[in-house]
Amino acid sequence: MDAKKGDWVRIHNIVLKPEERSPHLPEDTQKVPLEMWVKGFLLNEEANIGDEVEVETYIGRKAKGTLVEVNPYWKHNFGKAVPELLYIGRQLRDMLAEDGE
Amino acid sequence: MTRDMSYEAVMARKGEIMRKAIGIDYDKFESGGIAFDYERMMRETGYSLQEIQKIQSETGVGNTPLLELKNLTKLARKLAPKGKGARIFIKDEAANPSGSFKARRAATACYHAQKLGYKGVIAATSGNYGAAVASQAAMRGLKCIVVQECYDSRGIGQPEIIEKARKCEAFGAEVLQLTVGPELFYTFLILLEETGYFNASLYTPFGIAGVETLGYELAMQFREREGRDPDAVVVTNAGGGNLTGTARGLMKAGAQSQIIGASVDLSGLHMASDIHFNRKSFTTGHTGFGIPFATWPDRSDVPRSAARPLRYMDRYVTVNQGTVFYMTEALAQLEGIERGPAGSTSLAAAFAIAQEMDEDQIIVVQETEYTGAGKHIQPQLTFARENGIEILLGDPTEEIPGKNIILPKDPSYIKKNELDVNKLRKSYIKNCIHNNNVERITDEDIKFLAEDTKSSIEFVKETLNEIGVQY
Repeated sequence: MDAKKGDWVRIHNIVLKPEERSPHLPEDTQKVPLEMWVKGFLLNEEANIGDEVEVETYIGRKAKGTLVEVNPYWKHNFGKAVPELLYIGRQLRDMLAEDGE
Repeated sequence: MTRDMSYEAVMARKGEIMRKAIGIDYDKFESGGIAFDYERMMRETGYSLQEIQKIQSETGVGNTPLLELKNLTKLARKLAPKGKGARIFIKDEAANPSGSFKARRAATACYHAQKLGYKGVIAATSGNYGAAVASQAAMRGLKCIVVQECYDSRGIGQPEIIEKARKCEAFGAEVLQLTVGPELFYTFLILLEETGYFNASLYTPFGIAGVETLGYELAMQFREREGRDPDAVVVTNAGGGNLTGTARGLMKAGAQSQIIGASVDLSGLHMASDIHFNRKSFTTGHTGFGIPFATWPDRSDVPRSAARPLRYMDRYVTVNQGTVFYMTEALAQLEGIERGPAGSTSLAAAFAIAQEMDEDQIIVVQETEYTGAGKHIQPQLTFARENGIEILLGDPTEEIPGKNIILPKDPSYIKKNELDVNKLRKSYIKNCIHNNNVERITDEDIKFLAEDTKSSIEFVKETLNEIGVQY
């Protein structure tokens, strides 16, 4: 069992299959479904990843979908080193210092 | 009773859903043709400047600092011909509660929703507006849902959009994230129908009126500090609301400043393309929104958009992604202010335009936005590289969006590209004819088109002659 009632989870859903999508899309987008993710408290007694479940979102709305994550967290960060940026500060400070101040 | 929830059926209920979710009867302002009474719509459904100042002060929005960028001005003067190089100022809108000028729009939307008795608000946005609505909703005890276009079909999310989702959640909002596609609107309509919440659209009269205080404050702050109005105001342009509201506020203060729109050049990338989605390093403030919304503002999520940039724009320039990244770094390194990259679009443009202006003139960058994990040049460039974009040093005018990002070799390579505003005006007139399916247009329509494009009756007639439309 991956999650029990009340656990904070993330669910996933297919909103529109490729054939149900708007006809006015670029070819690459037309070929893939419209997908959705939302988080909430699990309403089922228990569930495993991949099960169809129902959740109550943070504001109290109910939503159904496939359980994909338990205790989801954000993984974005400040990126890796980008050495290409390092010249900018030194270059600008040097230019301003050229006045002999 | 089970409602038909298919794409076609929900889209067909759009008018009915929207009426309930905004509470504005747009038909009142229609003339039956191209024209509609814009000023009456703004007057009767919006709020006065004084009312908005009061609403915004209730939740700590506005009155943001005006800073002079002395080192960047000095740098611009080193590059400019003798006697040129206007003083560059910036309005630090990141000081608003949610970290961007969007708090101004959200403040009036949430106030209005609360006044009309709605229990919650919904916003469809991948931008700073989501956090702004979530923040204002938190202050007013309203529930909030933010719908984002966030991932491509591989499930890979744009770091900047992910950060905005995090911020919305921090304010207690529900964030519903979708993959690429304009059918976000379909999900949005379903949520409005299901919850009965208020549509906190970016494009309502009160949303736009919320930005008027920004323009008004600019004029007042400059008069107090410098005894005069700024000569030019540069506005990052996407959906047109920032430009429209700021220009209207300046006009209400009686200022005659030149209004310059600025967008990041993303030409060649399709905004609804799953593959292109993660090949761009800017999620807003770019030409992919700026040009379509300028030339057809009524494409928005309300029947008549209150954001009409061509009505107020004097000039429109573009800058490259690499240039904006460089200027974001320059702002931190020379002025000690670390702000988000998208908000630096107008800064990059202002730095180039200042070099054409006289030393005693003033140019102002009218916004900044907060920076953070994901919403920063380093994660953006890391992400770009992981998505196959080359990062180069050289001449940014050679940049190909979706293929490379070219950082200027030195600040003399910071240039802006001037767009032909008359061409955009003509394109807007053509879209009005085409989208309204009219073959003959009235004097009232001509007058409206002249006002809505800041041109003249002659210009509109000349355009109609060119495309063979009778009047």
